[in-house]
Amino acid sequence: MSEEKHHISSYKSHLFVLLALFVLTGASVAVTSLEMGPFNTLVAMLIAGGKAAIVLIWFMHLKFDNKLYAIFTTFVLVIFLLVLYVTFFDYSYR
Amino acid sequence: MEKHEEHTAHVHRDDEGDKLGMWLFIFTELLLFGMLFLMYAVYRHKNPEAFLLGGEELDVFIGTFNTVILLISSATVAMSITAIQRGNKKQALVLLGITLFIAVLFLVNKYFEWGAKIEYGFYPGSDLLHELGHGTTLFFGLYYIMSGIHALHILIGIGLFIYVVWQIRRDKIHSTDYVWLENTGLYWHLVDLIWIFLFPLFYLIH
Repeated sequence: MSEEKHHISSYKSHLFVLLALFVLTGASVAVTSLEMGPFNTLVAMLIAGGKAAIVLIWFMHLKFDNKLYAIFTTFVLVIFLLVLYVTFFDYSYR
Repeated sequence: MEKHEEHTAHVHRDDEGDKLGMWLFIFTELLLFGMLFLMYAVYRHKNPEAFLLGGEELDVFIGTFNTVILLISSATVAMSITAIQRGNKKQALVLLGITLFIAVLFLVNKYFEWGAKIEYGFYPGSDLLHELGHGTTLFFGLYYIMSGIHALHILIGIGLFIYVVWQIRRDKIHSTDYVWLENTGLYWHLVDLIWIFLFPLFYLIH
């Protein structure tokens, strides 16, 4: 904290992020009533993924902090998605 | 050597290390919830109708309301860090006060939500779930476990915020030493992050 200058996010930027999260939440509720078959869940998860990315990048400061955290986080998420993929690969061919 | 260094002004601090430790803890939390999401995915894949019907039993309004207030609380925590960095103690305390209020409000809503479900007969081991069958039982089992562990995290967050507010009041957390606030903020954003996925997966099933 002492040697390097810290990025200070403004109140305004936090409020913009919050606004974006509100919009995505509204979109998520709105698309539930649309008839898209199996794509409903996919769209819901894509919107949730977008919201999660916004929280991670701005609120959790991944954009401004040591890049190590961003690399680790991506790594953990990729592992999770791989486990999900392998699990469904298994269930689909039983 | 110890004798010489006693009572000197220099206190060993490693904020970057503290933060790295917090992130490592967050990863273990992601794996904990990740495995629950994995279970959810498999059981929903095997019982699509039961999960659809179960989801329709949940109150979309209360789910959306809790989502919105939790997002606001994430923003107020982030803003409280800005306030501390700028040396504005009073604003930081007000923002953390709002966050604490929202955290409690979230749990109050959860109490009424769960209370209504239980009154209606949707609770683990109930006769109603037994009648409705395996799929619905799985849905409500996952609903109580996942939102229950999430609510436990909210409760822990409340404890952390009370500690941080106390430390700010005592000037132990200030504009040049605020890693405790930063890490509590990271934890709170994680709690929000989990809810971002719980909300559509339980309340918005189509």
